[in-house]
Amino acid sequence: MSDVATSAFTRRPRAEAQEAPATLLPFRAEGVALTLGGARVLDGVDLTLAPGGCTVLMGPNGAGKSLLLKLMHGLTAPDAGTLSWNGLGAQAATARQALVFQRPVLLRRSVKANLDFVLKARGGDRGRVAELLEHVGLADRARTPARRLSGGEQQRLALARALATDPEVLLLDEPTASLDPGATQAIERIVARAAAAGTRVIFVTHDVGQARRLAEDVVFLHRGRVVDHAPAARFFDAPGDPAARAYLDGRLVV
Amino acid sequence: MGEALALAISLVASGDADLAEIVALSLRVSLSATLLAAAIGLPLGALVAVGRFPGRGAVLVAMNALMGLPPVVVGLVVYLHLSRAGPLGFLGLLYTPWAMILAQTILIAPIVAALARQVIEDLHAEYRDQFRSLCLSRGQVIGALLWDARLSLMTVGLAGFGRAVAEVGAVMIVGGNIDHLTRVMTTAIALETSRGDLPLALALGIVLLVIALGVNAAVQTLHTRAARSGAHV
Repeated sequence: MSDVATSAFTRRPRAEAQEAPATLLPFRAEGVALTLGGARVLDGVDLTLAPGGCTVLMGPNGAGKSLLLKLMHGLTAPDAGTLSWNGLGAQAATARQALVFQRPVLLRRSVKANLDFVLKARGGDRGRVAELLEHVGLADRARTPARRLSGGEQQRLALARALATDPEVLLLDEPTASLDPGATQAIERIVARAAAAGTRVIFVTHDVGQARRLAEDVVFLHRGRVVDHAPAARFFDAPGDPAARAYLDGRLVV
Repeated sequence: MGEALALAISLVASGDADLAEIVALSLRVSLSATLLAAAIGLPLGALVAVGRFPGRGAVLVAMNALMGLPPVVVGLVVYLHLSRAGPLGFLGLLYTPWAMILAQTILIAPIVAALARQVIEDLHAEYRDQFRSLCLSRGQVIGALLWDARLSLMTVGLAGFGRAVAEVGAVMIVGGNIDHLTRVMTTAIALETSRGDLPLALALGIVLLVIALGVNAAVQTLHTRAARSGAHV
């Protein structure tokens, strides 16, 4: 290829080793392990995610769902194993993804200014603020201080901020954990629209109903390992792991 | 004493020209020093709060130690630099308001930096993961933290101003307490007391007290407002 000749002069060796792939999918995790405070929180996670759709990560508390999400986003590095977004390391892929946290961290300024900040910082089109607010149903709250919004509105603003970066992959960490049904529905609609528009969605939840509504495939984590990964229909009909079956039946899984 | 107090109150009430001049210079010097100290101390505090670099621990210790600089020592050091034989003597700043602003800036910049560092470090702990997720540069992080901590940082500035306007040692040495030129409230109180002109000293004392109380009230109000708007305190 012709860029062999130019690469020696124009690219740093590291950039060559991790040439940016056109798409981040498929994602592949192999033998990912993480120990925090002496506890083995992730214990050899192997996972492959294909392009497109919405994957739901499920599992009981402490199964390692949120940590796996953070590792996938490149916020934390594993003790062992590799995470690869179509050849790109997790930390190099952060900018092409967005993460919505369980509790949104909004800046202490107006709703509008929160979006404007991200668009400006990331070199986006600052004229999109109104359109993004409209998209998440916050057009009439543009001037409200972000911290005065209700929990559901805050999470919608966090989603708008995430979408403002045009992520290829949208990661969500139990975004509706403390919201009422109406607010949850609003969030789910926005997420479903993003998935329909081609954004790869990875959604952590421990709400079985929510998983049924959103998931195209389900990854079930238990004690730091992936114990089942299947298309949603198969997973909910015939979960392949006793822990997953117990969890779906509403029994306590520890 | 009672007579002196009555005279003092009438001096304040009548808006005595000498008194007003002294108060005005005090405010000008200390407000200028506060602005300069904020311009130096806020970015410095933010940088130390956000950055991880070799020698950070030493910088922290130095910043905290410098919070307790004795004003007379600062005055002496600035004097040595500004005096005719000193390295900055050619500027001719000694015994001018500029020398006083410089001395007070040196006195309170470490206070502003150290307090700002604490405020911003706490806020950064809350924002860190979100900022890393957004892939912001160091400069963008510091800018956002400074702006979002603005209410708390105003109380930091007020703390610096309170210290500057109340100190006497540094401005006495580098200003010289020259009438109509470098006489500020604290140096005037010291002089008038030793001369026995108690009404003027007391009148200045009353003004200084009111300013100190006003600063504290402002700090308190900001804290309450910050708490109510969910902003960082």
